[in-house]
Amino acid sequence: MKVLVPIKRVIDYNVKVRVKADNSDVDLANTKMAINPFCEIAVEEAVRLKEAGTATEVIVVSIGDKSCQEQLRTALALGADRAIQIDTADSLDALNIAKLLQKIVEEEQPQLVILGKQSIDSDNNQTGQMLAALTGLPQGTFASEVKVEGDKVNVTREVDGGLQTVALNLPAIVTTDLRLNEPRYASLPNIMKAKRKPLAVKPVADFGLDLTARTKLVKVTPPAQRQAGIVVESVDELVEKLKNEAKVIS
Amino acid sequence: MSILVIAEHDNATLKAETLKTVAAAQKIGGDVTLLVAGFNCQNAVDAAAKVNGVSKVLVADNAAYEHQLAENVSLLVTELAGDYEHILATALTTGKNFMPRVAALLDVAQISDIIDVESSDTFVRPIYAGNAIATVQSLDSKKVITVRTTGFDAVATDGNAEVVNLDTVTDAGTSSHVSDELTVSERPDLGAAGVVISGGRGMQNGDNFKLLDGIADKLGAAIGASRAAVDAGFVPNDMQVGQTGKIVAPDLYIAVGISGAIQHLAGMKDSKVIVAINKDPEAPIFQVADYGIVADLFDALPELEGKL
Repeated sequence: MKVLVPIKRVIDYNVKVRVKADNSDVDLANTKMAINPFCEIAVEEAVRLKEAGTATEVIVVSIGDKSCQEQLRTALALGADRAIQIDTADSLDALNIAKLLQKIVEEEQPQLVILGKQSIDSDNNQTGQMLAALTGLPQGTFASEVKVEGDKVNVTREVDGGLQTVALNLPAIVTTDLRLNEPRYASLPNIMKAKRKPLAVKPVADFGLDLTARTKLVKVTPPAQRQAGIVVESVDELVEKLKNEAKVIS
Repeated sequence: MSILVIAEHDNATLKAETLKTVAAAQKIGGDVTLLVAGFNCQNAVDAAAKVNGVSKVLVADNAAYEHQLAENVSLLVTELAGDYEHILATALTTGKNFMPRVAALLDVAQISDIIDVESSDTFVRPIYAGNAIATVQSLDSKKVITVRTTGFDAVATDGNAEVVNLDTVTDAGTSSHVSDELTVSERPDLGAAGVVISGGRGMQNGDNFKLLDGIADKLGAAIGASRAAVDAGFVPNDMQVGQTGKIVAPDLYIAVGISGAIQHLAGMKDSKVIVAINKDPEAPIFQVADYGIVADLFDALPELEGKL
């Protein structure tokens, strides 16, 4: 069984992002970049499926300029077998990303596609579901457990009230939530080995898709800052303030 | 303009968040239709018909929609979409699950998690875990939108909308529901509670979360947790408040033993009043708290419970 894992290069989650002075976007110049954390969980899950003998090959794909090869190499070091970079300098909407991934799914015919549930930059939470719609495949989003059984996969999902388990016909699309697994660190020998694993570069123009932007970013502003309040000296004072000043308790 | 809002419900009750999504629809402006897709969902339909500002309630009552499977619900919404310029759902796990599928089937972009409406095609949404606020214009003729409910005030429920039963059934047949393992609690929902008290890594273990119970009982509060507390295994993930968990905006938020990581602040900083209890005076949570108390939570919590 082939497993396809699309990954995204994003700002490292420890770095606090700044908004550009002209409010045109955020400033990513010279910031540390990494694999989106949810995508890393997706890579880990695919590698574990291979180690368990369920998957035979793990393919990672990323869409971006040459710099995303760094994240593809990281995924290869974590245990993926080969990588595809769809080469484009443009930042694409989730729908256009899903259309490109649909072409890769048609070409590679994976039984399972595992993606992160959302990227920590645009916070859209769309790509996996859109890919599922375009390919006509069922989806198990926000997964905390993935069990392949015969021609089905059982996905336990993190939903508002607790957990929901669904059974999906394979092939299927899964998106990861935080508790699915804890990704490993790449060992030095595996980092070295990853340099020799195949990485194919496909120019975006070769896909023959209309990738016109569907949204326009009008402006980006910093969030409203909350004013720090006061430090009270005692629980008595706190209760008094909440009752008489803030009037949020009676 | 006509707007379709997909109701968030569990067949028995209409979730309060739907009232806020309808408020977002009203801000866009237009004739609002509410869709209730479920199974044996008459109670939810009755509640939906009372939502103010809704002119019509469409009902799709069929086993295919009992568990809100995205494959089936998205086909239904796509089929109905022709009549509407805007399609809105609540940005909770159900809406987040099926809406991007609807957008892709309609070949339009989705605008996720809006917190404000600038005009009928321009919306405001947080990005980078709330560290930046983007204003985004949709260039598509149809707008597919999910609404973060903390940005809108609930509409009233003394309306009387016309109820129309649909007889189309859309069953993709590619997925099925196996089981639910839902948290049973006497307390209000995190997303709907007027008061939330959350514990962080400072709680030290899951047992100590019991210290929050008495205060929650007295205030009618929901109990939440930071991601650090969830990651440490103290409490289940459905209690997580933060960018990757639940986004809440209660009247009163009490953060106990929570340092105030960016990703936690993203989930609660729109609360009206924030109280922080932490023994570290340098903790970033104090920079957003209206009232802070530098104290050991194991002393402060019992005292607070006693004095409420």
